[in-house]
Amino acid sequence: MLKIAKYIILDIIRSKVIIAYTLLLMAISLTIFMTDADVTKGLVSITTVMMIIVPLVSIVYATTYYFNATEFTELLVSQPISRQTILLGKFIGISSAIMSAFFVGICIPVLIFAFSVTGLTLMASGALLTLSFVSLAFLTCTLTRDKAKGIGLALMIWFYCSIIFDGLVLLFLFCFSDYPLEKVMIFLTALNPIDLARILILLQLDISALMGYTGALYQQFFGSGQGIVFSLIMQLVWIVTPLLIALRIFKKKDL
Amino acid sequence: MEKIIEIRGLKKKFGRLEVLKGIDCSFEIGNIVSILGPNASGKTTLIKTILGMVIPDCGEILFSGKQVVNTFAYKKHIGYMPQIGHYPDNMKIGQLFEMIMDIRQEKTALDTDLLKAYHLENMFHKTMHTLSGGTLQKVSAALAFMFNPDVLILDEPTAGLDPIAAEYLKEKILDERSKGKLILITSHIMSEADEISDKVMYLFEGQIKFYKSLQDLKEETGELKLGKVLTKILSC
Amino acid sequence: MRWIFFKLYIFLLLPVSVLAKTIIVAPKTTISSLKAAIKIANSGDTIIVKKGIYVSENTLINKELTILGENAPVLDARFHEEVVTITASHVKFDGFIIQNSKTGSMRDYAGIRLNNVAYVIISNNILRNNFFGIYLSDSKHIQVLHNHLTGSNNQENSGNGIHLWKCKYIFIKGNYVTRHRDGIYFEFAKKSLIEDNFSEKNIRYGMHFMFSDDDIYRHNTFKNNGSGVSVMYTRRIKMLNNLFIENWGSSIYGLLLKEISDSQIEGNRFIRNTTGVYMEGSDRINITNNNFQSNGWGIRVLASCDKNTFTQNNFKGNSFDVTTNGTLKHNYFNNNYWDKYEGYDLNKDGIGDIPYRPISLYAQIIEKIPQSVMLMRSFIVNLLDKVERAIPSVTPESVKDEKPRMKPWKR
Repeated sequence: MLKIAKYIILDIIRSKVIIAYTLLLMAISLTIFMTDADVTKGLVSITTVMMIIVPLVSIVYATTYYFNATEFTELLVSQPISRQTILLGKFIGISSAIMSAFFVGICIPVLIFAFSVTGLTLMASGALLTLSFVSLAFLTCTLTRDKAKGIGLALMIWFYCSIIFDGLVLLFLFCFSDYPLEKVMIFLTALNPIDLARILILLQLDISALMGYTGALYQQFFGSGQGIVFSLIMQLVWIVTPLLIALRIFKKKDL
Repeated sequence: MEKIIEIRGLKKKFGRLEVLKGIDCSFEIGNIVSILGPNASGKTTLIKTILGMVIPDCGEILFSGKQVVNTFAYKKHIGYMPQIGHYPDNMKIGQLFEMIMDIRQEKTALDTDLLKAYHLENMFHKTMHTLSGGTLQKVSAALAFMFNPDVLILDEPTAGLDPIAAEYLKEKILDERSKGKLILITSHIMSEADEISDKVMYLFEGQIKFYKSLQDLKEETGELKLGKVLTKILSC
Repeated sequence: MRWIFFKLYIFLLLPVSVLAKTIIVAPKTTISSLKAAIKIANSGDTIIVKKGIYVSENTLINKELTILGENAPVLDARFHEEVVTITASHVKFDGFIIQNSKTGSMRDYAGIRLNNVAYVIISNNILRNNFFGIYLSDSKHIQVLHNHLTGSNNQENSGNGIHLWKCKYIFIKGNYVTRHRDGIYFEFAKKSLIEDNFSEKNIRYGMHFMFSDDDIYRHNTFKNNGSGVSVMYTRRIKMLNNLFIENWGSSIYGLLLKEISDSQIEGNRFIRNTTGVYMEGSDRINITNNNFQSNGWGIRVLASCDKNTFTQNNFKGNSFDVTTNGTLKHNYFNNNYWDKYEGYDLNKDGIGDIPYRPISLYAQIIEKIPQSVMLMRSFIVNLLDKVERAIPSVTPESVKDEKPRMKPWKR
């Protein structure tokens, strides 16, 4: 598994797209930190950008790479290794390559300019976001047969998670604002990995505001660390579940 | 002769399309078998099923007497050369060989004949996306033969190779047969199949039309060339 | 300057008597209680209490005495009574540990009570586990200096740390108050100065003013109280250079203003409070040179407020800078620094060329639908805010800073 991952990493880190992605992230974070004297404000700006770019690049790049390597996958299947090993090896390889781009592009600047609990939270949620969207990319790839459909589906998932979903939630809130919606809201948040990552950062940046909420459930959720535990666990579920489904499909898939 | 691969009642559907409609056959060691047939007759699917890339709907595949559908250990006895070699763009040739060696972890001596004949070792530092189709075929061929497998499965092996390289590959194939190996080849080029095959399997619409030794076929039809043999059999 | 004269005035009036004697109180001697010493003392005498634990159930100090505790002697009321009551002026009471006053709903039992006196100094005492700490009523010219008060933290039954009722010219400096109901409580207490105190983890407010005009408080810290400071039904208060920090929770504020007018809030820092300043029915307040940083809501101004000005403040890292509950008129924002400002400064004069609207659309939404807090900082919310800033339609037109600063004010 790790052998496959190793060679995939060696392959990807030389790819132009990943280098461009690293440079893009680095340019964004450096520009923000250089032009803004206030570190917290910088972290806020990076968060905003990160929530859009990281899922997009993770899911689209992973999908593209997966499809470009179809014949290579066939070759691997003809070797004496199990399909599970192949898929997990690919996942580890692709996700760690994208993650290292994220690490170099975002984490290093944050560590240098804004080393703080908020900074670390930003890194953690970015990393989890990368993993969950690579995992979703694998699901996309095993569900579809050709590249165009795969990338189309990947883009749709991204668009849905980053924009449509929250819009629907807001609409839902407008319609049912008279009802007690605390539980429902927490449940809805769990349905979107981007929201989960956002909540993690909110708990750092806006804890003062979040503490102002009267409802007992929100108080518990925001105030006692339960929110952090919840978000982390759900984020892990978002990483593991799509990958497991992809694995189930891949084991029975004709190449 | 020893049956190394045995196939019983193999069926496969892709959606509503029946690609293999019950294949029963066996392959013995020390043979070169050409699998022929028109487009969409199920050649590639048959090969891919043997290799575990396509999972059959029903039927059995036995390798050295053992059921192997959904397993992977038997593949260490198989060398596979795909029709189009396509490898990760930024991987170097050297890394590809390293990686496969890493995966197979075989103790026996490596067969580097093709590697040398095609001068691939000098190109180990080159990345895949800089290579021509022919060179990629050479890489695929070298990989297939490298681990001295008991069975070689070659999908359109000479397509895209230059004549000299193709000639060398043919020699290599004959050489391996003499060592007692089974070689399965799909091909469109009749003259080539004619030249090296011991047996010919003809697939048509997912079924075996015939599977006989080349010699028997020629005797039955009284023709000398495989192409003629086929037209004669198929026309009647 | 006024305050320096005030201090001098107190100093000159201290009784200096050549005939004064010193009485020593120590355990297991003929004078083994403060009560006994006061009985034999005359006005102007000094009583020194040696280290030890003394039962003191409402010891009455009714003569002009200087009473000094040596090595922190303990006066313990064993939950039966008050500890010490001072009814004479010109008393100095210094260096004691005062503990365990009675609690109850009938009377406000206190650790140290002052009633109808003047020129008393209460200094360097440690008060613990008393119902009320230091209780001043009908008194003038009192100094409460460097005391350390810890209450019982009992939700139902807890009194105030330093409690003033109908007082004037009080000087409260360098005290630490915690675990009481209100840290420092003013009711009808006027013309007083409160400085350098530290009030934290009090159940209700760090400091609380009711009907108390013309007071100044400065350089105090109010941390993690039920609310930092609450100023109600009061006029002409100066609030200068204080720190309001981490006053967290629902309906918890750094500074709560209710029905107050003609006051000044200057040079304060509001850091990580749920709401920095909350204003209700407050008029003619000048809020200037303050820092609002990392609060949930920087300032919440209810529509009942009128003619307040907000100038030269810094707003940084607050979830919401300003919110209101209706249309806000006659409140002026000018020349503040807002970190959320995205305008430009073409003529390079340090002032943004387009006005800043501190009330965001999302702040209005969250006002109506609190559950939408879960969507904070999401793409859709950012988008809505941007659109609203470009084409204002829902947010109050009148609330805007015409001259937003490009860079924060240096303090």
